[in-house]
Formats: sequence, structure tokens, C-alpha cells
Amino acid sequence: MKKFLPLIIFAILCFVPFVGLSTYVMHILILVLMWSVIGMAWNVLGGYTGQVSFGHAAFFGFGAYTGGILYQHLGISAWWGLPACVVILTALSLVIGYICLRLRGAYFALATLALGEVCRVAAENLVEFTQGNMGIMLRERTWVDKTWYFYVILIIAASTYMLIKLVMESKLGYYFVAIREDQDAAESLGINTTFYKTISLCLSGVLTGVAGAFYMNYMGYIDPATVFPLSEVSIAVVMVVMVGGAATFWGPIVGALIMVFLAEVIRSLPHIGAAHQTIFGIILILIIMFLPNGVVGDFGKLIKPFVGRRTSS
Amino acid sequence: MTLIEVKNVSKQFGGLAALTDVSFVLNKGEILGLIGPNGAGKTTMFNIVNGFYPPTKGDVFLKGQRVSHLKPHTLCKLGVARTFQVVRPLQRMTTLDNVITSAFIRTKSKSHAEEIAIEILKFTGLYDDRMVISKGLPLGKRKRLEIARALATHPEILLLDESFAGLNPTEINDQIQIVKKIRTEKEITILIIEHHMKVIMSISDRIVVLNYGQKIAEGTPAEIGHNPIVIEAYLGEEHSA
Ligand SMILES: Nc1ncnc2c1ncn2[C@@H]1O[C@H](COP(=O)(O)OP(=O)(O)O)[C@@H](O)[C@H]1O
Ligand SMILES: [Mg+2]
Repeated sequence: MKKFLPLIIFAILCFVPFVGLSTYVMHILILVLMWSVIGMAWNVLGGYTGQVSFGHAAFFGFGAYTGGILYQHLGISAWWGLPACVVILTALSLVIGYICLRLRGAYFALATLALGEVCRVAAENLVEFTQGNMGIMLRERTWVDKTWYFYVILIIAASTYMLIKLVMESKLGYYFVAIREDQDAAESLGINTTFYKTISLCLSGVLTGVAGAFYMNYMGYIDPATVFPLSEVSIAVVMVVMVGGAATFWGPIVGALIMVFLAEVIRSLPHIGAAHQTIFGIILILIIMFLPNGVVGDFGKLIKPFVGRRTSS
Repeated sequence: MTLIEVKNVSKQFGGLAALTDVSFVLNKGEILGLIGPNGAGKTTMFNIVNGFYPPTKGDVFLKGQRVSHLKPHTLCKLGVARTFQVVRPLQRMTTLDNVITSAFIRTKSKSHAEEIAIEILKFTGLYDDRMVISKGLPLGKRKRLEIARALATHPEILLLDESFAGLNPTEINDQIQIVKKIRTEKEITILIIEHHMKVIMSISDRIVVLNYGQKIAEGTPAEIGHNPIVIEAYLGEEHSA
């Protein structure tokens, strides 16, 4: 049963567009799937390999701008951004890896945070290339309806899930976790830690970039503030994974579900306006205090009040 | 045949001379003991042979090839494996997964790595603990896991850093049997650091003695046991302790 769960969920999701949900609900579902992809991507590097990044907006924004710039300057469809960003993001990941991966722990986190900000400022100022704060707008949209966007991101999410599952059950996955647990011990066991950390970063960066390229096509408009932001992407993805459960297969997906819905609910509440950032902060603190391994990681703890009585008496 | 040659190695940490002009060789098939009072520089010597630090002066050769500039993971591929004095298991992994991780150095296939790991776990008597998260193992078994992990990389040379420290007498006897088996059945050459005099005297073929970063003696256990300089170094330690 448990083995088929991903397949069952995938099958159910395939039928969702036939139910006749409102455009708004479809939009929310698309966002959940997109954040699942970003979360799963971050989880490879931050959750499994133990290299916590606060700069994933750099990858997301580069992916989005890859599509946008192909459209703007070459006049081809922004969907070419999906394959193109694999190449671009691998190159970017190698550069970021070269700069940041020699640092450990908090120093790595700070370096990625700085690089994320550097990318945003660069996108704002390379006006000839990116159109700066004016942003890039797709003048014609591929589909009016949300259905096909839903299927595209569903396929991206499902492939990401399968790829990561495959990786984590292979030699690569064992090496990632070994690096997280003890870098010096891993090194002395024959693991080229610099090399494997770079692989992890590339995988994480490319997958995040793919989500960014999808975002360009789906929203039809990007500017530096929406695709390179510190709090709405770099920190949001850390929250998605922390809330769902780092280093678990389902954590990022559950986290994306919770965080996207929460964001919508909080935003729709009257009279709180800008306070939703504060509410997010409080939720994060509560989760770290009471569910340090996230909803998926601490699932046993969550359901204990309900099943515990039966087993103990 | 000489496997490792340490040639005039010195290591400075800032102003502290942890090792001064130390030379010795490790021959194929032997168990070489490395002893000396606390802070004598034994672990530092391991860290240099294993590639964690480059020596400040001098060189290390592996079968004639200079290896003092290589990283630990390269040395491990060349057949040099080590254990840590302060055990460093991959905490949140099971015992089995710890050993599988090491086995991956010689294979890409998971089932092959698992085969190697299971053989090693049986060899070291950890098979029944294979599903235990390694953080939860008692110290004696964590010390043995250090050895199992190193063995799973199929080394030609094994560096053991105080694998007996903190064990009770039964565990010490088990551990001695394992170390002897490693030599006889797996034909692995061993360089061992040990504080326990009785252990080191009974298993070593030759012994090198360090004191304050300098080599003060080298010889068979019997010779070392009667060497007045060695006795003084150890008596000195006991007196000051
Ligand atoms: N990384 C390091 N940095 C600074 N000093 C060190 C370092 N490693 C070891 N030392 C010092 O070198 C000396 C030798 O240490 P060590 O090799 O651990 O001794 P032993 O293993 O023989 O007890 C000690 O004085 C120790 O404090
Ligand atoms: Mg030591």
C-alpha cells in the first residue's frame, strides 16, 4: 500500500482538472506543486547533504529569467527556458559551489544569502539584458485555461520526486547523507566531499531553476523583486521544508501544501495586512520548538495523543 | 616490502611542534605499534599519513609514491583506511548503512555494497546490530563500527587510533581477536596507536615510541619493554600524573 501511495496520489491529481474546480483553486494547486518542486530541490542540498542555503532565490530567478530572456531577446517561446535552464543553472551552480562550498555551516548559509541578493541587484541593474525593474512580460500566453499549466507542473513535480527518490537510494544518496553526518569522517572513508557537495548543489540548483522557468511561463510576468526575493523565495523554501520535514521524501510536498494554504488564508483575513510576515515567523518558531523534524518527520508525535491511549492501556 | 615510509616528518601547529623529524617504515603484513604518553603526537601522525594535514616538513611515501599532498579520500582509494580515536559514526544512519556507505568506494551497485557490508558486519560481530541507529550503540560497539567501516573500504593498510580505549576487559579481548583476524584472514597491514601496554605488547611485531613529538625508540616489544628511555618517559608521565 505504502509503496503505491505516490502512484495513487499522482493518479488522483491527474483527474483533478475534470472535477471542474474554480480557476482560483486550480491556481492554488499549481502553486502547491511548484513549491513542492522548489522544496524537494532545496531538500537535496539542505536536508540530505546538510548544506543549508539561504540563497535559493538565485536559482529560481535565474530559471525564470532564462525563459524570459530567451523570449525577450531571441523571440522564441519562453518554454525553451525549461531545457535551457538545465545548462544555465548547472553553470551557475558550479560558480556558486566554487565560491560557497569551501565554507562550512553558518558561513556557507551566509555566503549563499549574499549571493542571492547579488543576483537580485544584478537583475535590477543589467537593464539592457533584463529590462531592470520594468520586468519581462509575455505578450501572448500559451493557454488561457489553467488545466495545461497544471499538467505541466504536475509532470515536473512527479519527475522531480522520482529522480530524487532514485538518487537517494543510490550511492549518491548515501554519500550526501554521509557528508551531512560528518564531513571529515566521510572524507576519510573515500568520499570526495567537495565533488559530491557540488553534485548535490547542481541537482538542487537545476531543479529550482526548472520551477523558476515554469513560473515565468505560468505568470507571464517577472521582475527582480518577484523572482529574486530573500523572504518570499529563499526563506520561504527553508520554511516549506522545515514545516514539512527536512530529509524526508514527503516533507517538502506536505510543507508546500501547508504553507501555500496558510499564506492564502492569512492573506484573506481582514485587517492584518502586512502582519502576515509576522504570523509566518511565529508559526515557524512554534514548529521548530514543537516539531523540530517537521510534520512528516514528527508524524508519530503528532498522532500520539490520538492513538497513544489505546496502545498504552 | 615497505608499504609506508614516513621520512623526516615535522608538524607545527602555530608555535607548537607536535612532531619533530620523525621517520619510520611500515612493512607489508606487520602490526606496528605506535605508543607514547598523551600529547606525544600519535594522532597527529595518523592525520598526516591519512592526508588530513600536510606535513610542515618531510614526506610520506606509499609504495614509493609521494602522498603527503593528497587528500584523505584519495588515500582511502589507494588503500589507506583509518579509525578515529574519538568515534565518529554517521550518527543518524543505521549500523548497516554506515558500512554500506564505506563499501560504495569500490562499487556503484547498492546490492554489491550491501553484500560487502554484511560480510564485514559478520566478520566484526556487529551483524545483530545492523538495524540499530549508530548513535544508539554502546561505546564498545561504536569502536568496532569504526573498524568495520574502515574494513569495508577494502584497505591494504589500516590505521587504528586507540580502538581499545574505554573498553572493559571482555570487550578488549574480543577486539584483540578481531585485530588479529584482520591480519591473518584479510592480510591487511596494521599501524596501531594504543595506550594499553599489555595490548600493544601482545599484538605488535614492532613498536615505535614517540615522546614530545620525537621518536625516542623503535624495536620489538621485548626490546621496548627493557629500554630505559622508554621506561623513563612512561614513569615520568605516571609521576607527574
Ligand atoms: N589541529 C590541531 N591544532 C593545534 N594543535 C593540535 C592539533 N592537533 C593536535 N594538536 C596538538 O598536538 C599535540 C599532539 O597531539 P596528538 O597528536 O593528538 O597527541 P596523541 O594522540 O599522541 O595523544 C598536542 O599538544 C595537541 O594539543
Ligand atoms: Mg591521540
